[in-house]
Amino acid sequence: MTKPELKPVIDVQHVSKIYDNGTSGLSDINLQVKPGEFVVIVGLSGAGKSTLMRSLNRLHQVTEGHVLIDGRSITEAKGRNLRQLRRDVAMIFQNFNLVKQSTVLRNVLAGRLGYYPTWQSSLGLFKEADKQRAYKALERVNLLDKVYQRVDQLSGGQQQRVAVARAFVQDPKIVLADEPTASLDPKTAHLVMNDLKSMNQELGKTVVANLHSVALAKEYATRIIGLRAGRIVYDESIQNVTDADLADIYNGDSSVGERQ
Amino acid sequence: MKLPKQTIVQRFHIRFFGSLIILLGLLIASNNFLKLDFSALVQNFDQFLALFKEMMHPDWKSAPFVVQPMLETIQMALIGTTLGTLLAIPAAIVAARNVVTNKWITGFVRIIFNMIRTLPDLLLAALFVAIVGIGPYAGVLTLTIFSFGMITKLFYECIETIDNGPLEAILATGGKRSAMVMFAILPQVSSRFISYILYTFEINVRASTVLGYLGAGGIGQQLQTSLSQFRYDQTAVIILAILIVVLAIDGLSNFARERLQ
Amino acid sequence: MMGSIQHRSAGVWHRTRSWFWGLLIVIVYVWGIFGINFSKIQSSAGAVTKAVLMGIIHPDWHYVYQGNGEDLVSVMLQTLAIAFVGTIISARISIPFAFWAAKRRRHHFSVLSTSGRIVLAVVRTFPEIVLAIMFIKAVGPGAFAGVLALGVHSVGMLGKLFAESIEAIDAGPGESILSVGGNAVNGLVFATLPQVLPAFASYSLYRFEISVRSATILGMVGAGGVGTPLLFAIQTRSWNRVGIILIGIIITVTIIDYLSGWLRKQLG
Repeated sequence: MTKPELKPVIDVQHVSKIYDNGTSGLSDINLQVKPGEFVVIVGLSGAGKSTLMRSLNRLHQVTEGHVLIDGRSITEAKGRNLRQLRRDVAMIFQNFNLVKQSTVLRNVLAGRLGYYPTWQSSLGLFKEADKQRAYKALERVNLLDKVYQRVDQLSGGQQQRVAVARAFVQDPKIVLADEPTASLDPKTAHLVMNDLKSMNQELGKTVVANLHSVALAKEYATRIIGLRAGRIVYDESIQNVTDADLADIYNGDSSVGERQ
Repeated sequence: MKLPKQTIVQRFHIRFFGSLIILLGLLIASNNFLKLDFSALVQNFDQFLALFKEMMHPDWKSAPFVVQPMLETIQMALIGTTLGTLLAIPAAIVAARNVVTNKWITGFVRIIFNMIRTLPDLLLAALFVAIVGIGPYAGVLTLTIFSFGMITKLFYECIETIDNGPLEAILATGGKRSAMVMFAILPQVSSRFISYILYTFEINVRASTVLGYLGAGGIGQQLQTSLSQFRYDQTAVIILAILIVVLAIDGLSNFARERLQ
Repeated sequence: MMGSIQHRSAGVWHRTRSWFWGLLIVIVYVWGIFGINFSKIQSSAGAVTKAVLMGIIHPDWHYVYQGNGEDLVSVMLQTLAIAFVGTIISARISIPFAFWAAKRRRHHFSVLSTSGRIVLAVVRTFPEIVLAIMFIKAVGPGAFAGVLALGVHSVGMLGKLFAESIEAIDAGPGESILSVGGNAVNGLVFATLPQVLPAFASYSLYRFEISVRSATILGMVGAGGVGTPLLFAIQTRSWNRVGIILIGIIITVTIIDYLSGWLRKQLG
């Protein structure tokens, strides 16, 4: 359970995002996430879940407002500071975003890039300790036997678990997962969600995930946030969440939240 | 923790470093064999620049004399492409494995066509100038053979991708092979054929601009004269004309090919 | 009623359009065939054709190897070496040009990439033999001029092909490098290059096949390779010599095409 006295590790203040073509992605989002939470964001496609997620590590630039990571503003950070903040925020993508032509090991080691000077990583001079870290991460996701294979020889589920291993070695404070299971079958989806759960419970990482599946959301989340048309319309701890609430988030006809 | 065994190939990145070493070895060997002297380039680069500078001041007065040979160039490309196409259609049908089922025949004609395709345009031009004499005849013959080689391959590969259903239907009704070609093959491939012909025409226009250098007609003749007289200001005008014509024909042909699809 | 009128007018329009194109094509052909000033074919054409064919049937086998560095094997090897070094140089030059000409966002006009495209189109269209002659002025006749001409000319084509493969890459891996805290160079080394290098290698091999053909003719203007002895043999009407050189070119090019095609398959 989250303790009220803990400082938020993610602090989103009045964030709005308007795209170049004038459509509004997010409007006035306020959200605090405490260390150790497993937050799942639900909502229809186009509700702004991905946009919100990508605003947290500034893969998207927000139009207004601030995002603080562990008290430091990522929306204002530049250059080296921005990269250091991003190092604390791992991300897992729907399409895995691995380099398919490279080996599993190289993809996992990429998680350590933020810790190396450019020349050293460019020459592939990773420290032995980091290689051990990569092996350990791959062992966690049960893929140690694939360490030297090219990623394009792996199945989709295995690729996503390589991405999880990359997040492990990054040693972040926060793990963002943007529809991590959308391209996977139900069984592998559970494997990947279990990986995230163990990161959350055993290593104490804060996890924020977008999920399409209500069943997975209820199974893994400690807190559920509902998004509709770029606004937060629902925010409850898991023990207060009812099936009716979830249905309302998707159906859009509801009395919950702060609709205007 | 048990790591899988790495093969030696994986461990030392044999494929990558092996290719790199072979590449470097070949490069050094070629370099020694050709006795390339890169310092000569650095030393004489001012001469290259001087030549370039002369070309930067084109002799616009010579522009009117470029027009007629340029038109001849396009005419050569047009006739060469057309004759090449007319020869290529029967040739491609004989080489297509779904029309002629005898592997020996298709294999044999393909070897011949492949041999024709290995010969570059200027080489053919030199031969034809020796045979028929200086002038556009040699150019047209060159482009005919050159486009024949290219179009035949594009055509037979295209014929082999078509739907075999109609072919069999005509044969099943007791039709002749000529009927099969007329009614089952040509209708299916005609728009792609036209696209390939236009593409070949583009390449032929490019090729025909230099054929005259060896006496095979067109603008290349002027190119040769201006270069041998060291009139680089006139060379510049000719090259500009080639650029304009080639890019314009490319643009038109691309437009037409897009409309076809 | 309305329908049939519309139908008829569309048909008329369609028919006029076909007529227009048909007429245009006829005019172009009349212009092409009657506009061209065909000189007379020289009277000896038949005899020369026969002589050429006889030369190919009875090639000058002695020329294949003489051990003096002027024989067919030597000049063919020289031709291959020119094409090889020329391709390596142009592949190297093409990489920065390709990044210049590649569009960063699809269907988005950018002055930068458009200017790169125009430069590459001009290089592609600039005749190879003129480049060869220009380089002969600088470094003298011989193989080096041929290498330089091929090295520069091929950039026009390779740069375009490389740029297209840069545009075709998946942006996802680059994004993930950013998300772990990597910088732009990390993105290049860990995401972009692994994706584009196989394509670059494959296109370079393809260009090598074309450059071998080009290298066989560059000698005709004095830029090294088999072109020089070939042109000499044609001018002195040594048809047996011409025959063996043609056979040499056909065999070499066929072998190179086959090898390169096999290597490209391995890369794909």
